[in-house]
Amino acid sequence: MKLGVAIEQLAAAERELADELSAIGERHRTEHDVYHVTRTLAKMELGHIDALAPHAARFDVEIERGSNGGSSLLDTVREKSAELVGRRPEPGLLLLRDLRRLHTLAAGVSIDWTALGQGAQAATDTDLLAAVTTCHGETLRTLKWTTARLKEAAPQALTT
Amino acid sequence: MAIGDAHRRPERIADPWGARTPYSRDGEWPVRVDQQLASGVEPDAVGWFRSASILHSNGDEIDIAVRDGRIVGVRGDRESRVNKGRLGPKDLFGWQANSSPDRLTRPLVRVDGELRETDWETAMERLVARSKGLLEESGPGAFGFYTSGQLFLEDYYTLSVMARAGIGTNHLDGNTRLCTATAGESLKESFGCDGQPGSHSDVDHTDTICCYGHNVAETQTVLWMRMLDRLHGPDRPGLLVVDPRPTPVAREADIHLAVRSGTNLALLNALVHELIAHDWIDRDYVEAHAVGLEEIEATVEGCTPGWAAPICGVDARDIEAAAELIGTTERLFSTVLQGVYQSHQATAAACQVNNIHILRGMLGRPGCGLLQMNGQPTAQNTRETGANGDLPGFRNWANDAHVEELARVWNVEPAQIPHYGPPTHAMQIFRYCEQGSIRFLWISATNPAVSLPELERIRGILADERVFVVVQDVFMTETAAFADVVLPAATWGEKLGTFTNADRTVHLSEKAVDPPGEARPDMDIFRDYADRMGFKDKDGAPLLKWSDPEGAFEAWKECSRGRLCDYTGITYERLRQKHDIQWPCNDEHPDGTERLYAGADFWASPEACETYGRDLLTGAPLEPVEYRALNPDGKALLKAADYVPPDELPGEERPFTLNTGRTVFHFHTRTKTARAPELQAAAPGPWVELSTSDAGSLGISEGDIVEVSSPRGSIQAPARITGIREGNVFVPFHYGYWDTGGGRAPGDQPRAANELTISDWDPASKQPLFKAGAVAVRRLAPADEPAPAPTNTASAPAEEVAR
Repeated sequence: MKLGVAIEQLAAAERELADELSAIGERHRTEHDVYHVTRTLAKMELGHIDALAPHAARFDVEIERGSNGGSSLLDTVREKSAELVGRRPEPGLLLLRDLRRLHTLAAGVSIDWTALGQGAQAATDTDLLAAVTTCHGETLRTLKWTTARLKEAAPQALTT
Repeated sequence: MAIGDAHRRPERIADPWGARTPYSRDGEWPVRVDQQLASGVEPDAVGWFRSASILHSNGDEIDIAVRDGRIVGVRGDRESRVNKGRLGPKDLFGWQANSSPDRLTRPLVRVDGELRETDWETAMERLVARSKGLLEESGPGAFGFYTSGQLFLEDYYTLSVMARAGIGTNHLDGNTRLCTATAGESLKESFGCDGQPGSHSDVDHTDTICCYGHNVAETQTVLWMRMLDRLHGPDRPGLLVVDPRPTPVAREADIHLAVRSGTNLALLNALVHELIAHDWIDRDYVEAHAVGLEEIEATVEGCTPGWAAPICGVDARDIEAAAELIGTTERLFSTVLQGVYQSHQATAAACQVNNIHILRGMLGRPGCGLLQMNGQPTAQNTRETGANGDLPGFRNWANDAHVEELARVWNVEPAQIPHYGPPTHAMQIFRYCEQGSIRFLWISATNPAVSLPELERIRGILADERVFVVVQDVFMTETAAFADVVLPAATWGEKLGTFTNADRTVHLSEKAVDPPGEARPDMDIFRDYADRMGFKDKDGAPLLKWSDPEGAFEAWKECSRGRLCDYTGITYERLRQKHDIQWPCNDEHPDGTERLYAGADFWASPEACETYGRDLLTGAPLEPVEYRALNPDGKALLKAADYVPPDELPGEERPFTLNTGRTVFHFHTRTKTARAPELQAAAPGPWVELSTSDAGSLGISEGDIVEVSSPRGSIQAPARITGIREGNVFVPFHYGYWDTGGGRAPGDQPRAANELTISDWDPASKQPLFKAGAVAVRRLAPADEPAPAPTNTASAPAEEVAR
């Protein structure tokens, strides 16, 4: 049974996604919606690690809870740099690059949920499957948001 | 210290709602004609011209009195279905602003850093030269247009065609984004299309009135008069009020839930939980006419009153009682306004009110009305004509067939109309200006230097030399002071046109007097620009094919044909004969339509709908294929979301939540109401409302000068101690700087509420959250006198209310 390994890897991927959501949100603090939505989504993705925790315990693997967390000093530096670049047009391109980064991370997490869900079905582990279904649906929201926000930002970033 | 001196105030300032005319359920609301004429003017010595109010969103029909070419008074229209002759205080006195001596009468252009008077030719040529150069250099994405909720339908439609198909930019929005975007979005999410299901006349028939974050007594005085007349009549309807302030509405309530700011959704999820738990839902109706029941049941599963009570800071038993009132009534009438729209999780909360009506099957029948209110008089038209971040005629930007249809109406290629994404919302337009990618910003009839969040930032954007700012307005506003070109506009009573209120009632407003000086109607200014720019359709004919308001209206009718907001059965002539007509009005409904969705005939099929919907948490639009799978038969949509805590919570450093809003005596940034002496005297300056207990712990007494500060800025104003919910600090948003003598800037006496507000908006509706964010309060100086706040409104001193 390798479900424990899959859970461990998924938890690590979720944490990376959550951390990047937070970090990129800070970097684009002057894009106020990006800042606030990434914070909401980071919390949501971190919640998935909590949802996995009891299952990890069942399979005797340990997963780290919570975010790796950037230091508050680093956050301050990011915020300041966001304010400094906030008045130049290049942040449009930077935003596209960062949304692409979030999109690929979220896509990775999403496909990990698919794999774990398939495993849970094969193992008839209905509790795990229920958790996977809920969490996967939420990660798909992150994935859709990155797409939608990129579609919104690209025309202006690329044509003006 | 005595507060207030009612005996010296004009009657309708002292009593904004006037005498009661009680009536019973299913009865006729009695006529009461209100009139105000300049002293010495007799009603039979004047000419009367038909219009309606543009100082609030109720759509009260008004006759304008004219003598010797000047407006000398107003009278309510007794025939009007909306107001039956009544008028509110802003209408009774606000007309005086038209003849204010400081009206803008000539165009201004900036020369050597200063605005100087010039002629129209010079001003327009400067606009056109800049536009042509920029279009060549950077393309249509460098242009932004920010308009209003106070122009007329004909103005908006002309602007919409000019910006979307002439310039070809996606960056056109209205200040309706600040007041009514969530109303529109929630209606689109729940019913597939914008458009109020209910009607003001539902007040006549209802058993239960629910006002969610809607201080109707101050925002729509005449609708409140109608409610009061039922509440004081023989078979009084129940009244539920959700509001953190002790509003006049709350004081009449059977149940008043003074929820903690930012928790509306938790409360509403609990109310829906109770409806489902007690099976107070019309299962046959839901089965036949709605999708999403399972999702909403799952969402509210754990949302018991006991769960919501500590979040919202109200008693669980009161939530249960509210649910029972809603769940057991025969006829439910609900209204929603800024307490929901400008608060955290705005769209999700507004949708939950829609859900209550869907779950109870209470739509389209007398007394079962639902009104997602508008904050502004003509906001409905901004939304209909696509001047607000939607395509005209409630068309769906993501539906190619809709775009092709629009292109046919305008005789342009579909690619000429940007539709590669949702039209850009106001906050994003200003963000693009800040970035420097929008470099031409045309602001019409709105004052963002006072009304947008985080004013220090907004002033910085408007002052940025990279952005060419055009301001078209009636007065020299704080915003106009930043402009490169200022264009003097005609206003209400000085131009012909139509507008539509929240319950889809279309009014005609006649030209009663000439505009002052060289001021011109907004539509004429837009047309002039379009002509000079040489905008053409695909056959080389002028893009704008009309030259007068009636021509614009006829063109708009074609654009509205076959859509929910169908105007094709309305003409200027009919509006002159029949006082007010509710759309849709067409061959099928020749006399208009009092209520939408009587036969659950929603406008939600994948082919017809205005939107495929959004994720309420992130705002991400659904793909067409997702919508088809979700709602193939065009039913109502039960959409729900989990409660999540607000983005900026109070803490040790800033222990209070900011709440900004209106008072009954002023409109917006007071450009008109401060120029009416009675209104100005009724609320001459800003104030800060604090609860008795918070004031006590801070050592603050009535009238003391306090400083309110947030991470964005700070203001100073006298304190008013009221029965507002503990932890909530209310500041009226009306007060800017044009009349402070400081050059239209805050100087060392900042007082505009939006110095404090956070740049944060609802993910789905993009409406800024003006009722959010953490603030600190401290006492600066003792009082000389009571705060200049009204004493007969939500701002009443705690001691007065106790008496």
